[in-house]
Amino acid sequence: MANRYSLWSLIKNGLKHHESWQPAWKSPQPKKHYDVIIVGGGGHGLATAYYLAKEHGIKNVAVLEKGYLGGGNTARNTTIIRSNYLWDEAAQLYEHGLKLWEGLSQDLNFNVMFSQRGVMNVGHTLQDMRDIERRANANLLNGVDAVVMTPKEIKDMVPLIDISNRTRYPIMGASFQPRGGVARHDAVAWGFARGASELGVDIIEQCEVTGLIIEGGRIKGVNTSRGDIMADRVGCVAAGNSSVLAKMAGLRLPLESHPLQAFVSESMKPCIDTVVMSNAVHGYVSQSDKGELVIGAGIDSYLGYGQRGSPHVIEHTAAAIIEMFPSFSRVRMNRQWGGIVDVSPDACPIISKTRIKGLYFNCGWGTGGFKATPGSGNVFAHTIAHDDPHPLNRAFSLDRFATGHLIDEHGAAAVAH
Amino acid sequence: MLIITCPYCQQAREEEEFSYAGEAYIARPTVPEEADDATWGDYVFHRKNPRGWHWEQWQHVAGCRKVFAVKRHTVSYEIAGSWTLADGKALYLEEQA
Repeated sequence: MANRYSLWSLIKNGLKHHESWQPAWKSPQPKKHYDVIIVGGGGHGLATAYYLAKEHGIKNVAVLEKGYLGGGNTARNTTIIRSNYLWDEAAQLYEHGLKLWEGLSQDLNFNVMFSQRGVMNVGHTLQDMRDIERRANANLLNGVDAVVMTPKEIKDMVPLIDISNRTRYPIMGASFQPRGGVARHDAVAWGFARGASELGVDIIEQCEVTGLIIEGGRIKGVNTSRGDIMADRVGCVAAGNSSVLAKMAGLRLPLESHPLQAFVSESMKPCIDTVVMSNAVHGYVSQSDKGELVIGAGIDSYLGYGQRGSPHVIEHTAAAIIEMFPSFSRVRMNRQWGGIVDVSPDACPIISKTRIKGLYFNCGWGTGGFKATPGSGNVFAHTIAHDDPHPLNRAFSLDRFATGHLIDEHGAAAVAH
Repeated sequence: MLIITCPYCQQAREEEEFSYAGEAYIARPTVPEEADDATWGDYVFHRKNPRGWHWEQWQHVAGCRKVFAVKRHTVSYEIAGSWTLADGKALYLEEQA
C-alpha cells in the first residue's frame, strides 16, 4: 500500500510537520465502461466494492455517490454493532458481519475504532424477560455470545442506571452480548474507500444516478449527472432511496422510507462504558470516545425522505433515557439529525438478484444497517461476482415476499423499533 | 410537526393526535381466486414509497377515530389537503388517469 499507516509513517510524517500525507483515496474522472457499478457510496456500497476487488478479483469497479462519501446514513447512526438476532438466518448473517468487524482495522490498515464494550438489552416486563431468555438461548445455539443479567448485575456494570421500583417500568433484567460494541462510523466509510481505491476501484463523488439503461431485460449502464456510464453489472445500495432507484428499473420493492433520529450531548467525563438499549421504554444510549452521549430515538411513523424528524419523537426518547438514567436530566444536547431508513416488512434486509439480468439490490436494512456494513458488503460482492447469492444471504432474496418465507425479526431481535 | 386537518372534525390539529395508516388506495386483486403468489405478494408487501407527492391514510385516533386520506409531499412534508376516503379516491383516480 502506497500510503500505509503505521507508527513509523506517523513519526516520518511528524518530522515533516504532517505536510506530506497523501489523500486516502483517489478521485478520478468516470470511465466509459466498468465491469461493475455500485450505486451508493455509503459504508455498504464501499464495502461491496472493496470485497469485489479483494476477494473476487473484479477491480474495474466504480462507486457512484450523489453527495460525498459516507454523508448519508453512514454518518447518521448510533454506531451500535451486535449480532444477537433471534432467527437462524439473521443471526448467521449479522454474526458473519461481527466476525469481519473483529479483524477490520488490521484488514483495512485503518483504525475504525471498533470497541467491543458489549451491548445490553434491558427488559422491563415479564414478557420482555421471557423474550430475552428465548433470544439468548437461540443466540447460544447459533454460536452468538449472550448472557442474561439480573438487575443487580446491571447496576454493577452501569452504576448510573435506576433499577429501583420507583419508575413506571422498573428494570427486571437484561441480555448482554459482550462481543457487541461500537465503531467510528466515518472511519468505516473512509477505511473501505481507501482500501477499495488502493485496489483500483474508482470512487466518484457528486455523481447522481438519474436513470438505469436496460435493454432486452439486461442492465447496460446508468445515466448520471456526469453523463452515461456503461456497465455489465449494477449493484444498488442506496438505503432510503432504494425505491426511487427500483422505480427507474420498473421494479417495486417492499420498502417504506422513514426518518430515524438520533442526538448527541455535550462532552462529559466517562460515565457509561457499554451500550444500553431498551425496547419497552424505547431509547438507547452509549458514550462516544469524545465523551458525548449518543442517544438513538425512534422512527417517524409516516413515510418521509426529509432528513429530519418530528420533535415529539425526541421528547419521547428523552423521557425514556431520563427514566433509566435520572442523572442525565441536566445534560445538554448538542445536535440532532435524521437518516432515511428503508424498512422492510420483516425487518430483515433484501440482498438479491432481480428479474433484470445484472441488476442487484442490497436494501431494506431499516434501522440497523451499520452493524452489518462489512458482512453486507462481503455477501453482496459474492452475489454480484457469481450472479448467485452467498449461502448466508440466499434466504434474503426478493422472492420471499411472494413465497411467504419471511424472517420475522420485528420485535424479535432486540431492535428497539 | 405536521399540522393535519381532519375532514370530519374540520379542524387543523398536531400530528400527535393522529396515527399514520399507510399508503392509500392499494387495489386488492379483483379476482382473488385467480391471483398468483406474486400478485398477492405485491398487494400485501410492495409499496410505491415515492420521493414526492404521496396519497396516504391517517386516523384521527385522539379525536373522531375516523380514517381519511391525505396528500402529502414526502420531502418537503407539505400537505396538499385532506379528504374523506371516498372524496380523495375520486381525486386520486383522476390524477392517475
